[in-house]
Amino acid sequence: MRETALPKACASLARLAALFGGKPDPRVFQIAALASLLCFGLAARAFQIAPVEIGVIFTTALAAQWAMSTIFAIRFEAKSALITALSLTLLLRANTPLPLAAAAFIAISSKFLLRSQGKHIFNPANIGIVAVTLFSGAAWTTPGQWGTAMWLAAIIAGAGFFVTYRASRLDTPLIFLGAFASLIIARALWLGDPLSIPMLRLQNGALILFAFFMISDPKTTPDGFWPRAGFAAGTAVLSYIFIYHFYRADGVFYALALACLVRPAIDFFDRAPCYEWERQSGGKRNLKLGAMPAE
Amino acid sequence: MKRSLKKTLIVAASGLAAVAMTGGAVAFCGFYVAKADTRLFNKASKVAIMRDGERTVLTMSNDYQGDLKEFAMVVPVPVVLEEGQIHVTDNAVIDHLDAYTAPRLVEYFDEDPCLVYERMEMAAPMSSSDDIIVTAAKRNKGLGVTIEAEYTVGEYDIVILSAKESGGLATWLRENGYKLPEGADQTLGSYIRQGTKFFVAKVNLKEQSKTGLKYLRPLQIAFESPKFMLPIRLGTLNADGKQELFVFALTRTGRIETTNYRTVKLPTGSNIPVYVKNEFGDFYKAMFAEQVEREAERAVFLEYAWDMNWCDPCAADPLSNEELRELGVYWTDSADDGQPITRRRPAPSGGAQDVFVTRLHVSYDAAHFPEDLMFKETGDRENYQGRYVLRHPYRGDAKCEAATDYRASLPKRFEAEAQTLASLTGWEVDDIRRKMKNGGQTFTPPPKEKWWERLWGTGDKKVGE
Repeated sequence: MRETALPKACASLARLAALFGGKPDPRVFQIAALASLLCFGLAARAFQIAPVEIGVIFTTALAAQWAMSTIFAIRFEAKSALITALSLTLLLRANTPLPLAAAAFIAISSKFLLRSQGKHIFNPANIGIVAVTLFSGAAWTTPGQWGTAMWLAAIIAGAGFFVTYRASRLDTPLIFLGAFASLIIARALWLGDPLSIPMLRLQNGALILFAFFMISDPKTTPDGFWPRAGFAAGTAVLSYIFIYHFYRADGVFYALALACLVRPAIDFFDRAPCYEWERQSGGKRNLKLGAMPAE
Repeated sequence: MKRSLKKTLIVAASGLAAVAMTGGAVAFCGFYVAKADTRLFNKASKVAIMRDGERTVLTMSNDYQGDLKEFAMVVPVPVVLEEGQIHVTDNAVIDHLDAYTAPRLVEYFDEDPCLVYERMEMAAPMSSSDDIIVTAAKRNKGLGVTIEAEYTVGEYDIVILSAKESGGLATWLRENGYKLPEGADQTLGSYIRQGTKFFVAKVNLKEQSKTGLKYLRPLQIAFESPKFMLPIRLGTLNADGKQELFVFALTRTGRIETTNYRTVKLPTGSNIPVYVKNEFGDFYKAMFAEQVEREAERAVFLEYAWDMNWCDPCAADPLSNEELRELGVYWTDSADDGQPITRRRPAPSGGAQDVFVTRLHVSYDAAHFPEDLMFKETGDRENYQGRYVLRHPYRGDAKCEAATDYRASLPKRFEAEAQTLASLTGWEVDDIRRKMKNGGQTFTPPPKEKWWERLWGTGDKKVGE
């Protein structure tokens, strides 16, 4: 039953992504990449998420986006909500649809309600995940579910490379992964552990996904290169602390939420122009100071 | 229409002995250390983990079969344990847990096709091995490390060690005549740098003889630690090939899973040929090996996840509150202590015990599992069990039109069962077909009725089986 439903669902996702194909917006590629990963996860990784739960996440995210857009009188923009919904579908699990709906609602509304200097403070999917996993046991993440196969990590990274390059944010995942890898390799050397241990951690599909598809979100990273590098490296250090000193397997999410919380302070000294999605095609750096785009 | 339930069968445990060795045997997370040149061997172990917040109770059961004098077990522990935190329990408790969570074979008997189909299922637990033979190990005085505490608990002499320098413990063990596997210094050094203490248990022969038992009982330790993990690295050092580890987690919220390795559900619910009943043990081992292979030998397998209040079908009754408390479930109501729970059918959710059991099975070696198993408790309370189905075709004499169709459909069904079995286990499909034919599951379709025979009846032609 699932076998036949799956290709159909994937085909419709592909069609949906194609609808945005006219515009060279990096988010279109991100949607396509995340949707493909979701299809792969459902088909080959037996993701424990029911179709109704996926439906609830997407419906809540889009409805919240629409409602908030109406309230704040700005243009309705589905792409951002779709990316958030896809990220939540890929990373968050629950016994009932309610926590998933809550995560989607918190994610989208945070964009509109928690703002500083014209930008939203938190990465939407990230704060949705943190909010529901921190305050209830009803939802959880599955850091091991992607496995540690090198080829899968390479595919996720490959897709992420392309998407973040198009969004001019390739530096963010590379700096984050570089810093995180340095820390855990240094730890292994200090402990006298074989390097297969840090390599195992670095091949984790969930970590690669986080690096290329969550922390790299241009709207919630500083605009200047050096502040951004500091942000990515700082998140790596916080992740390391959460994972190895507080034994939180999903430490990367908490690390990013904390980093986002201090980001407005970084932005205060950051003179680089604000990021605009539509101007980021072809990997060109955005040099023009843009107005706040519709979310 | 008449509804009837056919006889149900419990698969004989005798056929499962082979599985018992892997499925039910012993396990612990340390390693055996040989004192002389004796090659020691720990291939399979069972560990029950009660985990609630930071509270942890580990119950480590092993299938050590060598000389008791040679037995030594080293387990990295996060804190120095007081005497009251160490306990020796009975094999029966962990064996019961093993039996309760074991993958099961269920049988259905096809009804007379001329009547309505009705099925009933029953479970057969894979028996678990009780043949644990243990020996004692001689104690030696320590050098080069701090002896934090020494206790004799049950038949064990226990030393809690800490070391400041890398390799300190290895030195101590070597100077005391223990043979350490290659690479032990490095691994011990890593644990020492992480501030880990070491729990070293040996058998006190005098105390052991007082127990009158021929095997070593499981050791238990209770402690608090934010780290939810099971150290397996030492165990990979002296292992001869891969080791089997069974982890039984008793938690409050839901299923556990590993965070640094993938946790994969074993295929379940498949219809397989009926002859497998006599070789369920071989089947299960072959299937497990095949799935391990398919996951590139890097996965941890989920074999059971269930609310402890009930089971369906039950391989064994759920554990009593008394047994659960023995395994560290401190929150169970002691009001009905000692009362075995016999609810076999769905109980209301959110039962009084609030204990969720997860059974994980991992076949590991240093190459594929370089790091200790790191766990996480999830909120997932979805029930899962390893369950394999035998469907016996109807053998009676049925003569209606439905019976003809039914018989005609059987070869296709048998072929599907053969293919499923081949896919699950990697066995040759031709061998499977041959065994099925020998067992009466024939692939030859019954002779087809000619169209004209329907006009004037079948005459002297009898519908074959």
